[in-house]
Amino acid sequence: MRVTVIDYKAGNLTSVLKTLRHLGAETVVTDGDLSLVESAERIVLPGVGHFAATQRLDATGLTGAIRAAIARGVPFLGICVGMQWLFAGSSEAPEQPGLGVFAENCTRFPEGREKVPHVGWNSLEPEPASRLFADIEPGEYVYFTHSYKAPTTADTAAITHYIEPFAAAVERNNVFGVQFHPEKSGATGLKILSNFLALGAERRSC
Amino acid sequence: MLTKRIIACLDVHAGRVVKGVQFIDLVDAGDPATQAARHAREGADEIVLLDITATHEGRQTLLDTVSRTAKELFVPFCVGGGIKSARDAEQVFTAGADKVSINSAALTDPKLITAIGASFGAQAVVVAIDARRDPKATDPVRDAQVFVHGGRKPVGRRVVEWAREAEDRGAGEILLTSMDADGTRAGFDCELTAAVSESVSIPVIASGGAGTVAHFVDVFSRGKADAALAASIFHFGISTSRSLKEQLQRSGVPVRLPC
Repeated sequence: MRVTVIDYKAGNLTSVLKTLRHLGAETVVTDGDLSLVESAERIVLPGVGHFAATQRLDATGLTGAIRAAIARGVPFLGICVGMQWLFAGSSEAPEQPGLGVFAENCTRFPEGREKVPHVGWNSLEPEPASRLFADIEPGEYVYFTHSYKAPTTADTAAITHYIEPFAAAVERNNVFGVQFHPEKSGATGLKILSNFLALGAERRSC
Repeated sequence: MLTKRIIACLDVHAGRVVKGVQFIDLVDAGDPATQAARHAREGADEIVLLDITATHEGRQTLLDTVSRTAKELFVPFCVGGGIKSARDAEQVFTAGADKVSINSAALTDPKLITAIGASFGAQAVVVAIDARRDPKATDPVRDAQVFVHGGRKPVGRRVVEWAREAEDRGAGEILLTSMDADGTRAGFDCELTAAVSESVSIPVIASGGAGTVAHFVDVFSRGKADAALAASIFHFGISTSRSLKEQLQRSGVPVRLPC
């Protein structure tokens, strides 16, 4: 299967591409060629760093193309900042709107109790009905590195605890997001990405 | 629960893993890609590859090694040694590293920390600090002298103030090596590690002095370390990261198990 990977110049795509290929996917990368989004079978939006970097998605027209692809039912996976972008916005860059599939806002971990950023392997509590976490057991570990996080809501697909409970993953129809890095999370991460690659085209979101 | 990380460290020279003490009597210990994959399979939470004799001529060899090692590695992968510029870092990232470790180049040009972080994210920049306690200082621990890697003369920086500056400039983690403890197998310098870890908000990886499982328990509790580097310990009776972590878990240290 083919995966369209979005490049918005936020960090390094090498790990994500390598892992998708390891799992048998054919990858194409776009940093502005909208036709690759319009013809996409699956979309992955990686990303590390600052939420403000997602401004480039608006500037290149990728935001609109991705919104249309999601509306067509194309399976979409956002990783790290790519997940946060699915929300209305983030206090990291209040002037920069997210895609708004999820109405809430991302916020920074409260200071003073533990170190911020949250870096390392932490455990998941997946929702039993989640398709992304099919065959993932409660307590399996994945690798995180982030200072901002999404709140837990009805769309939360897995919860992780650090300072407070937060959304380690979101899932609604064909839209998925993971705060952690599945491409760096050993066998558990590979299984989660395989689950995403195995999804059929889903019904329309929203 | 966030776990304490055990990081396997591979010293490489000219494309091969080497073992040796203080750059003397280097013994060939295998292929980096094979060794890294083995460590990941055996429970290491992360892999660090250090080019210990980084030379300009050896750059392409290193990049080939990084590329081969990253190919089948699905845990975080950090590369250090000889990274002097944002361009050097970019090449290492493109070859497949998730993080770079910079030491002397950060001391020479602290703006390099910010420059790499701006392109690849702060999480991708590990600042390595080699420090030795300064018995003449008012606070011999907090004011431990910083050295460039392998160097004999202090560079004139104090460990806590340098770690804080590195954080302010955008470092994602600190890899702290105690030169007093390194090679002794008598335990990590827990006071030094705690002094740095409590002064910054980014993770601190402790290095130098490990000889027993109890030393790791100590550096995670008393030393407040977020992660610890395991190198020579695998040659002294503890066979794998997994067995180390199983023993740590029995001592109450949160670790990623099963792995």
